[in-house]
Amino acid sequence: MNIPQNLSYTKSHEWVLFLNETTARVGITDTAQQLLGDLVYINLPEVGDSVVSGDTFSDVESVKAVSDIYSPVTGEISAVNEELKDAPQKMNTAPYDSWLIEVKNITGQEKLLTAEQYAKICAEEEAH
Amino acid sequence: MSYIPSSQQERQEMLQTVGVAAMDNLFAVVPSALQIKQLNLPSAKSELEVSRMMRKIAGKNRVFSSIFRGAGAYHHYIPAIVKSITAKESFLTAYTPYQAEISQGILQSIFEYQTMICELTGMDVSNASIYDGASAAAEAMTMCHERKRDRVLISATVLPMVIQTVQTYCNGNDMTVELIPEKSGVTDIEALETMLNDKTACVYLQQPNYFGMLEAAEKVGEAAHRAGAKFVMGINPIAAAVLKTPRDCGADIAVGEGQPLGMPLSFGGPYLGFMATNTAMTRRLPGRIVGETVDIEGKRAFVLTLQAREQHIRREKASSNVCSNQALCAMTASVYCSAMGPSGLQEVANQCHAKAHYAARQISAIPGFALRNQGEFFHEFLTETPCRAETVLAKLAEKDILGGYPVSNGILWCVTEMNSKAQIDALTTALKEVSLACN
Amino acid sequence: MQLIFERSRAGRSCSILPACDVEKTALPETMKRASAPRLPMVSEIDLSRHYTELEKHVHGVNDGFYPLGSCTMKYNPQIDEEIAALPGFTGVHPLQPMDTVQGSLEVLVTAKTMLCEITGMDDMTFQPAAGAHGELTGMLMIKAYHQSKGNTERNKMIVPDAAHGTNPASAAMAGFTVINVASNEKGCVDLDQLRKAVGPDTAGLMLTNPNTVGIFDENILEITKIIHEAGGLNYYDGANLNAIMGIVRPGDMGFDVVHLNLHKSFATPHGGGGPGSGPVGCKAFLAPFLPLNNPAFSADGTYCLSQPEQTIGSVKAFYGNFLVVVKAFTYLLTLGAEGVPEVARNAVLNANYLRVLLSKKYDIAFNEICMHEFVMSLSRMHRENGVSAMDIAKAILDNGMHPPTMYFPMIVEEALMVEPTETESKETLDKVAEIYLGIYDQAITNPQSLHDAPLTTPVRRLDEVGAARNPRVRYQFES
Repeated sequence: MNIPQNLSYTKSHEWVLFLNETTARVGITDTAQQLLGDLVYINLPEVGDSVVSGDTFSDVESVKAVSDIYSPVTGEISAVNEELKDAPQKMNTAPYDSWLIEVKNITGQEKLLTAEQYAKICAEEEAH
Repeated sequence: MSYIPSSQQERQEMLQTVGVAAMDNLFAVVPSALQIKQLNLPSAKSELEVSRMMRKIAGKNRVFSSIFRGAGAYHHYIPAIVKSITAKESFLTAYTPYQAEISQGILQSIFEYQTMICELTGMDVSNASIYDGASAAAEAMTMCHERKRDRVLISATVLPMVIQTVQTYCNGNDMTVELIPEKSGVTDIEALETMLNDKTACVYLQQPNYFGMLEAAEKVGEAAHRAGAKFVMGINPIAAAVLKTPRDCGADIAVGEGQPLGMPLSFGGPYLGFMATNTAMTRRLPGRIVGETVDIEGKRAFVLTLQAREQHIRREKASSNVCSNQALCAMTASVYCSAMGPSGLQEVANQCHAKAHYAARQISAIPGFALRNQGEFFHEFLTETPCRAETVLAKLAEKDILGGYPVSNGILWCVTEMNSKAQIDALTTALKEVSLACN
Repeated sequence: MQLIFERSRAGRSCSILPACDVEKTALPETMKRASAPRLPMVSEIDLSRHYTELEKHVHGVNDGFYPLGSCTMKYNPQIDEEIAALPGFTGVHPLQPMDTVQGSLEVLVTAKTMLCEITGMDDMTFQPAAGAHGELTGMLMIKAYHQSKGNTERNKMIVPDAAHGTNPASAAMAGFTVINVASNEKGCVDLDQLRKAVGPDTAGLMLTNPNTVGIFDENILEITKIIHEAGGLNYYDGANLNAIMGIVRPGDMGFDVVHLNLHKSFATPHGGGGPGSGPVGCKAFLAPFLPLNNPAFSADGTYCLSQPEQTIGSVKAFYGNFLVVVKAFTYLLTLGAEGVPEVARNAVLNANYLRVLLSKKYDIAFNEICMHEFVMSLSRMHRENGVSAMDIAKAILDNGMHPPTMYFPMIVEEALMVEPTETESKETLDKVAEIYLGIYDQAITNPQSLHDAPLTTPVRRLDEVGAARNPRVRYQFES
């Protein structure tokens, strides 16, 4: 399993990279992209939108399904990764390089998991 | 006769295999108090009896030999090959082409239809059809709905049934609908400018409009865009063969009623709604879309694509609920456009224009039948009437002529390639008589 | 196969119109198209051959067994087509005076009377052009009803998680918030979950019975009562009517408004995806909300179009897919009082017969007496042999048959939903069972062969990912 040490994780398979105390980037994990299959499109929010920890901020499409992506933090969107609109496959091939949104003015976050904790959850899910 | 092949003997054998004594046992789970004792319907009929009954009912309708009425449904010539191709049993009875490997015929025909709609409208992408022009207009409004933009501005010169349908749909999607006033038979652009603001989602214009007039579409589009709103045009597909395309008029979305492309009048349906847009708005289109791809051997093939927009995947998050569309009518339109070809379709359009202008000159010269509006028109025009429209039309009906449609104290006439010069002259003669009788 | 544009040759055309017999006119230059639309330039023989070739790559009901669950792909009678093509029906303009269209109105009013009798409703509109369109109409009527009573807070529509995707989509389009309620282990509505889901904000429930796994919910009266007691209305999705028509009426089961799919139970052809027709019937108290131009009797005994007092407006122009209604009406007259329940009985018998034959090897999701359809689950096959419902379906294609509905309803894993309909013969069902059981064995002995299926179809498995990532949705002419 590909689970970089320097990131934080959620149970719903998102990763978070804090750029500083109040700014972070969010993406989906390698496990997520394996579960979702070949991704064909992402519906991104707009810069300036607010996000709330635990709420959906985006969805990704594969050929036969749509999946919600949840925000691990509360704040304001300062950037979205436009590149992914034309090349959604990057989320499959390089999930940890393909950040979806950058959030600033973070005022809250859910209880995030370390790499070890996330790895444990993934192993449990697979065994199920 | 219920088209059930199995004999009594076979039904018994099947019941035995299932392990029940009689058919009724299969419905044991239905509360007996609810089970119907006797349906109050006429008894079953043989094919011959049904044929006689239905032909008798059809005989109670009056089919006019001379038709000068449009107002949303148009009388055009349907080439024989259109009817014979669309009657082929496999095309007629096939299901939606979800199993692409055995449905390439349907999928390719939809791809061809999509291409032809793009050619007529100048747009980049078309869907596989929606129910009719009015519902296409309504769905287009939803396409333009943004979080901060929920106002629809629709011209008063649009077909009233389209306006009604847009209003009905907007009761569901929380968009407000306002009418842009009409002035001299066309959209009042000055009034439009005062109505536009930063909450306007879109401006809807019909070309040619309900009164047959040609609108200054580009000016309307420019005004809409200056306010950050989208510009949606509802067009007549025959006129589209000769008029500036919605794309060239600056439209973001083009919709319309496809009935003129090979579908008979048939008391209002089945008709055809087409929807086309630019590449940027592709994923906002409702309904099915066919795309080109390859199979595992590299062979060109067609498949339903971008399905993650649709209801069977998004459910309550889908932007539209549409499932079944007007597929066979879309094929009808493709066959019609192929049978006519570019020169043929332009010939239809030019003849409609020429004959309508000939008729307008003749009719407006008759006392009491002056043209209501000055300006360019396509194949419909509104005239005054010297006495009640109903009286005029009743007189025409005596001569087997279906006259124009009564609209705002006048009569809206439509002339197509189906109206010969002789028919138009006969109409004129009849109207002259009416004019004299009225005075 | 060539595209029609690839058959096109400059200068070719069909000769359809005579020369214009009046003076030519011109459009102002500023209004003209820059260039002609690039429509095909073909002669009639090209057109004939083109569509003949396309037809060979289409599977119609006339081509073979078509067991699509919830689609009711029954035989489409030829007499219905012949009647719908009569000039008396096709040549009539929708805006003709009432006295010249009494035949068309008679079709609509009489069909309405018969369909109201079958569904237990009091009035009906034929305006919706498809089932989903009917659902939207019904949803808007329910919304208008609650608004007319001042109950604007009733904005929640309850939908079972097993429902067809159009149900929640239609409710959302009408402005309702969808409350999903879980199914119980029998695939039926979980009564406890339902009781928890209702409240003073309940607008209604959308349901189909039999449900999407082909089971008749025996708690139906309790279900509709729960909604009524909470102040909501019950909407019936008529997609599965083929199982119960003439046996029991939705109106007697507690439903207030229903839609029918004429292109399902009423034998009108599917046309490759339409045109269908989705009439909406309702109880008398909802009739004032029906769409405009409702076919009816007028005071003097003639037929007319009436305008309901509190109408929701229109969901499309004119009165509906009229010729489709003609076909359904012709079919209904053929069936008559005896034929309607006979259809339901034999649809249910055929489904149970095939279910029993297939249950020899396949896992049937709810293996008890079913209605007109049943669901097989390939979940165990997938876990043990790696063969999915998709693989089985593709193998069925290699046997020259159309597969059942795949991956619906979502409450059954690896689902294949089978609906034979009443118009299939016993020997067809026997043959189908033989083929399906053979594929089952193949899945166990040679799973890889199914992953590669289909092998014998005109094209094999398609690159759908590529089609969605880089959509090519029109023919591109070489500039």
